Amino acid sequence: MDKRYIAEDRFAIERRMHPFRRSPGVGRPVSPDTLGDPLFQWFSTAVALGVVGLLVLITVILSLAAQDSIRTFGLGFLTGNVWNPVPPLVFGAVPFVYGTLVTSALALLFGVPISLGIAIFLSELSPPWLRIPLTYVVELLAAVPSVVYGLWGIFVLGPVMRVSVEPVVQDIFGFLPIFQGNPIGTDKFTAGVILAIMIIPTISAVSREALLAVPDNQREAALSLGATRWETTRVAVLRYARAGIFGAIILGLGRAVGETMAVTMTIGNRNAISVSLFDQGQTIASWIANNFLNATDPLELSALIELGLVLMLMSLVINVFARLMLGRVLRRGEGAA
Amino acid sequence: MAAKIRTEKVSAWYGPKKAIEDITLDFEEQAVSAIIGPSGCGKSTLIRCLNRMHETIPKARVEGKVLLSGEDIYGLPAVTVRRRIGMVFQKANPFPTMSIYENVAAGLRLNGERNRDRLDTAVLESLKQAALWDEVKDSLEKSGASLSGGQQQRLCIARALAVRPEVLLMDEPCAALDPIATAKIEDLIFDLKKDYTVVIVTHNMQQAARVAETTAFMYLGHLIEVGPTRELFERPKETLTESYITGRFG
Repeated sequence: MDKRYIAEDRFAIERRMHPFRRSPGVGRPVSPDTLGDPLFQWFSTAVALGVVGLLVLITVILSLAAQDSIRTFGLGFLTGNVWNPVPPLVFGAVPFVYGTLVTSALALLFGVPISLGIAIFLSELSPPWLRIPLTYVVELLAAVPSVVYGLWGIFVLGPVMRVSVEPVVQDIFGFLPIFQGNPIGTDKFTAGVILAIMIIPTISAVSREALLAVPDNQREAALSLGATRWETTRVAVLRYARAGIFGAIILGLGRAVGETMAVTMTIGNRNAISVSLFDQGQTIASWIANNFLNATDPLELSALIELGLVLMLMSLVINVFARLMLGRVLRRGEGAA
Repeated sequence: MAAKIRTEKVSAWYGPKKAIEDITLDFEEQAVSAIIGPSGCGKSTLIRCLNRMHETIPKARVEGKVLLSGEDIYGLPAVTVRRRIGMVFQKANPFPTMSIYENVAAGLRLNGERNRDRLDTAVLESLKQAALWDEVKDSLEKSGASLSGGQQQRLCIARALAVRPEVLLMDEPCAALDPIATAKIEDLIFDLKKDYTVVIVTHNMQQAARVAETTAFMYLGHLIEVGPTRELFERPKETLTESYITGRFG
């Protein structure tokens, strides 16, 4: 008797939770959806398309504003390495593209292993009581404004790099051209380290999600073959989650490529291409930030905007490339299926 | 026949909850032993204690002894124990990012085997033993996840056999399979006992009757009765066993 009552009650609750399966006399009476549904659908569609429109609009407006520069320099803008704001006006993007690529690569080099370590600890190794607080702290890193990272970079990280880190690196690896010259602490190396710190929360949080999504039966499969904890993580977990981890890395790279404030404050701001990481440099974002207010000639302004367009295209290329790579990795994973 | 595995007063907990209590049981060498009982009776917990998989669950713990050829496995490294006692799970769990070949070779590679010839031989033998070779011999490079459910389960059996364990534990290996795939796996289990000691947990009493020499019946974490399968089904000594096998509960 009791059991039947409970079963009926549960049936009724279930019905109420599924409005489309509502039967007469059960749950709240339904008013025919004359307005709510279409309105909601219209709103969702509008905001979704709005995002696409916004991207197009930004591209169009940037292109229009950069028109002068595009007409004047053509492809020379992408191959030139001179930025001359006094007549004869010549503007080229190469040093900034170079600086952006170098600092972003450094950021990934330092950031990815640390982020994966954090993600593996949080999802596989951490005692349960530490898991949630630590996750919050890592995410808090993402909430620190980049200008604060910049200040910290100037007053704390820079001097440490100059006095302790860079000379040591030079002692060991000084035979490599990338570690030659006079370590000054405000250079591409420092900017790369700052960027690494800034992308760690992104990469580790997204990777952690990917690792948590790996079913436990995969871990059990490896453990039952006599795998150690690390082997289980490597064979069963990391492999299974590699697509998600790759996505996380690309997300981090996207942030590193576009990051402006902290890099501007630590990279030393010198418009030059040099092999040594201990030399000052410039990224696209930092150059725009440094020169936007001082651009007196309309052509220089136009060139700066074209630089912005280049940055946008770079992000686009990275994303498309990442997606292609991802597709290849996944296909190979599934064999010829 | 001698007992390959012997449990002595094994109890296991999930946090404060006791799942099995004082189980003392022998599993004979080169024979199939079945553990039956209704859901939640502790049969899966017991089988997971036999290769130290139980303790991989947070807050789970075990007391008592599990003797493998007379040696307490709780005194050996868990990794060694699991290499000697393989396991197949309820839901087939091949590594989806690995090919069929890599799946079978996974355990050997973990053991450090790099010799291509030896790997090839082991993969061939294991797939044959798992009665899967004829179906996959032309598609070894395909993903393990591309196979059907029954094939995936046999792939998992091949993967477990490839490391040449002494014992094979099977935790409801046919629970997710259709009758035809189930029949194939049952035939396979029958063949395996020539070389291995097999322990199978099953929900399906007919399955126990078909494949096992010895059957143990568990209820609410206790071992109620154990004996030769035929005897247990035809002349159960305990009324609880009789009620269960005649379908009065479970």
